[in-house]
Amino acid sequence: MRANFIFSEVWIGLRRNLTMTIAVVITVAVGMAMLGVGLMINAQVGMMKGYWDDQVEVSVYLCSKGTAIESCKGKEITKAQMDSLQQLIKSTPGVDEVFFENQAAAYENFKKSFSANKALASVTKVEDMPQSFRVKVSDPDNYQSVIQAIQGKPGVSQVIDQAQLIGPFFQLLDKLSFTALAVAVILVMAAALLIGNTVRLSAFNRRRETGIMRLVGASNLYIQLPFVMEGMIAGLIGGVFAAIILIVTKVFLFEDLGRYLGDATAQLGWNDVAQSITFTMIIGVLICVLASFVTLRRYLRV
Amino acid sequence: MIHFDNVTKVYANQNRAALDHVSVDVDKGEFVFLVGPSGSGKSTFLRLILKEERPNSGAIHVAGKDLARLSNFKVPHLRRRIGCVFQDFRLLPNKNVYENVAFALEVIGKPRRFIRKVVPEVIELVGLEGKAHRMPDELSGGEQQRVAMARAFVNRPMILLADEPTGNIDPATSIGIMKVLDRINRTGTTVVMATHDAAIVDSMRKRVVELEDGKIVRDQSRGVYGQAY
Repeated sequence: MRANFIFSEVWIGLRRNLTMTIAVVITVAVGMAMLGVGLMINAQVGMMKGYWDDQVEVSVYLCSKGTAIESCKGKEITKAQMDSLQQLIKSTPGVDEVFFENQAAAYENFKKSFSANKALASVTKVEDMPQSFRVKVSDPDNYQSVIQAIQGKPGVSQVIDQAQLIGPFFQLLDKLSFTALAVAVILVMAAALLIGNTVRLSAFNRRRETGIMRLVGASNLYIQLPFVMEGMIAGLIGGVFAAIILIVTKVFLFEDLGRYLGDATAQLGWNDVAQSITFTMIIGVLICVLASFVTLRRYLRV
Repeated sequence: MIHFDNVTKVYANQNRAALDHVSVDVDKGEFVFLVGPSGSGKSTFLRLILKEERPNSGAIHVAGKDLARLSNFKVPHLRRRIGCVFQDFRLLPNKNVYENVAFALEVIGKPRRFIRKVVPEVIELVGLEGKAHRMPDELSGGEQQRVAMARAFVNRPMILLADEPTGNIDPATSIGIMKVLDRINRTGTTVVMATHDAAIVDSMRKRVVELEDGKIVRDQSRGVYGQAY
């Protein structure tokens, strides 16, 4: 009897305020989707950072014959310079491993990365490729000291920190996630106000019923529950739409992002999506229930 | 059953007291008329019993409970033991007679079986048998008030408060309403009825409490509406 009664009241309330309910659902859906996307970008950035921290190296390019780089003074690196350089790199604190990449290997890599550009690949010869040391650094956040130790040594043409190349990209992603979260906060506030208004309208529409309920001694919970449930159901429906949006974003955005910028380990898993969805659902419903409750205190005298 | 001890009520933004040091006792099973001009404090008296208002000073006991000590949480339970009838009926227009009466039980969580049993009984008690499925707008004023009384009485309250129940009803129909109130009173329910209707008060010959400017100016058992009559 109880549940039956409350659900019929909730249904009536939602139907009477259909336009307001729709507004609430849309706001909650978009707001929660933004929140979820923000969280997912954060998770994705974390994963990609982990992936790239493993991949990123410091490339120490060595002088080749006829190079235009000033520090080489036009001379190719000698065998003695190369050996002492390798010793120096190995003994630099913070260095994990050093690999030597000869011209043939560099050419293979080049062909692989530019396989789409046949013209460029065909005019480039093995001799055009620079030799390099690939240095793995133990602390990915601390490339600078390693770079400083190597830079300017004889036979070194250029030291390139790959982390610096992808740095701006991560900053962009961070900005995106921050923006999404900021929009989410604003929308959540809008949703709270909308729910407040919906509940106020509901309370006004049903003032006869609530007046009688009060009079015959219905408990506060019984009087307030239909209103709170209204907010909750609107929040839940909004949350479901947000979940759909999040799943779509995962499939069409994050999978592509992960594919371009890493391998399978950098993919945002369904686990992370499920976590984001659960979190946004809880937040959405909580906000709705809270907003309903606060408004009820003001507009429904018990 | 109802005990007012030196009760004063002043509404906010008003300098005149709505009730001014009122002391009165109503025993179990009594039938009391509350008379007096508009603004004399009759409605305030009824609202204080329901704890819809709080007195500024003085103590009120209803059904053995000190209202000042009754927590807000328990006020609904107090109200379940008090039935209320108003001049404007306060029925739900989208529910029929049966549903209107059943509503009062549904919202306090009574089981469906119980509701099915008692609602027809009380509809018969107020003289509306055969009209259970009419909507309020298909009923006359007197019949609507009977529905309201059925709703007020369906939970067998210890006290029935009636605020000018015959105010919107013609004199002939009012007699029927009073008969129902009398019937309810005979089941042992205490009835307090605020009214302007001199003819009814005079015909019933029950206790009369007269208020004027918030003070009790007369308390008479088996009284009439005004001494001038």
